[in-house]
Amino acid sequence: MSASTLRSPTSTATDGVGRNTVARSVRAELFRLRAWPAMWATLGTWFLLAAVFGYVFPYISYTTGSAGFSTEGQPAAALLREILPESIPDVLVQGTPLFGGALVLVLGALVAGNGYSWGTWKTVFTHGRLRPTIGALLALALIVAAVVVLTAMLCTIISVTLATIESQPLVWPSATDLLRSAGTAYLVFLMWAAIGFALGTYARSAALSVGLGLVWTLVVENLLRGVGSALPLVQDVTAFLPGTAAGSLVGAVTGAGAGTPGVVDVISGPRAAVTVIVYLVIAVVTTGSLVRRRDVN
Amino acid sequence: MTDNMALSTTTDPPVRTDSAGIDTEIVVATSALTKRYGERAAVDSVDMTVRRGEIYGFLGPNGAGKTTTLRMILGLIRPTSGSVRVLGRPAGSRESSSSTGALIEGPGFFPYLSGRANLRTLARHRGLSDRCVEEVLDRVGLVDRGDDAYKSYSLGMKQRLGVAAALLGDPDLIVLDEPTNGLDPSSMADMRALIVDLARSGHTVILSSHLLGEVQEICDRVGVIANGRLVRESAVSTLLGDALLKVRGVPQDRVISIASDLAGENGFEIDGDAVLLDLPPERAPDVVRALVAAEVAVSSIGPTERTLEDVFFEMTTTSAPMKGL
Repeated sequence: MSASTLRSPTSTATDGVGRNTVARSVRAELFRLRAWPAMWATLGTWFLLAAVFGYVFPYISYTTGSAGFSTEGQPAAALLREILPESIPDVLVQGTPLFGGALVLVLGALVAGNGYSWGTWKTVFTHGRLRPTIGALLALALIVAAVVVLTAMLCTIISVTLATIESQPLVWPSATDLLRSAGTAYLVFLMWAAIGFALGTYARSAALSVGLGLVWTLVVENLLRGVGSALPLVQDVTAFLPGTAAGSLVGAVTGAGAGTPGVVDVISGPRAAVTVIVYLVIAVVTTGSLVRRRDVN
Repeated sequence: MTDNMALSTTTDPPVRTDSAGIDTEIVVATSALTKRYGERAAVDSVDMTVRRGEIYGFLGPNGAGKTTTLRMILGLIRPTSGSVRVLGRPAGSRESSSSTGALIEGPGFFPYLSGRANLRTLARHRGLSDRCVEEVLDRVGLVDRGDDAYKSYSLGMKQRLGVAAALLGDPDLIVLDEPTNGLDPSSMADMRALIVDLARSGHTVILSSHLLGEVQEICDRVGVIANGRLVRESAVSTLLGDALLKVRGVPQDRVISIASDLAGENGFEIDGDAVLLDLPPERAPDVVRALVAAEVAVSSIGPTERTLEDVFFEMTTTSAPMKGL
């Protein structure tokens, strides 16, 4: 074999951060991520939890007349309405601030952190650092978008099935409500995924970044909000935290005080949206800065 | 101390430059390259030159600074001071990195993907076709095992896949850090043949290896680094020097006396029951004649060469305590 046959026509193309070169890295990352069992396990857990907390538990409460932690005190008609197609926008977004956000944070941390543990970033970065990193972030953004769409489809299938079982008319939500809900879910997921990716890059380890991220999302923020009810200074600080922003954004869509864990009404919807976007930008910029400046060992 | 200057007066090819005035014959040039971690200099003022089309052996004890130097050449580590130019461009620039392939400190792949899928991922990152993947798999003998999961590969297969990744895109410069690590003898021979073939087809190879026999066999020039400093850089033949005459005979004191007369006081050394004379092999008849005239019972005489291992130990043990190879 001659050496010249190894070079493809495109191999001498510039390897910078142009649109085409980034698109190559997006393709590469999607190619390897779609075959990754850990990604499917993480996302499968989200779909399972979304179905269980969004439909299975409310339906059991409705059929048995028992009250769950999120359904206590609600009349049967309200319980039924929650699992019908008209409530798809609420169900789609209600799990994102707590376990949904935690799961995509885990995904982001795994995508970035495992690359350092396996040495794959070292292999890829030999031909440039920023381009593959942007490619991985954009691939993650596409996956998260697909997750939101698939979740909406899952909600539709389950709610239509339950409506048929309960002989209820199919009342669809407005396109505006559905889009607002999907956009909110996407924004919240994007923020947590980017934060997870930044943590994975910072720690250069999947285990450490996943651990730190989960402790923050599931423990620290909730503790701070608890302490904040007694200490006004802490309460002021919690208003700026990512979990509070995500919960408030979802709360603005679903109506705060619905009893859903993680959904709050600490700050207004627009301010929450801005805060979430700011965290998203900070996470992406931090990742880029770390990748550019640090040695690859 | 290097003998760059001496070499440049005798063996340097004519300087060729491209349209930008860059010397196209120099593939890697470092200048006072230094990397410090706190007070410790992992790499200290290294001036290293790798020429187009050569196989450059990069040697040194563990912790001497080999991998750190190679990572700076690849742009993975930023120097504390000094500079690296690869193919006339700063290390890590898109022009230099797009023409460089590397296997550095062991292969790094996704364990859940097959060998083929791993290479396809890398190929997609660089805009290369799947055909390129098949070609490099064929080149390292992994076509039949390409669909097996990477995590099921033996150490030798992982190394070969790492070399395949380095060959993707037919780069001008290929940096191989211990490429024969974990390979069986047959695969090692195949790997050496592959490296020689790459150089013959115009590629430049930097080979870091602890197998000095392997380096002596296939490398054109070597650089030896110890304690972060490049203690020698020269052609292998220059490093090994001329062949010596090895003489065994009794009584040995008469052999030594004759050796001193013929080769000079500093022209011989005692190696066990033999005496090594710094004389070319064609002087053997003169030596035998003198020995016989002095009534020495000569049991053997013949040419012998120093090995790279001998030279390596001399250089690294005099410049720094050995920490192991």
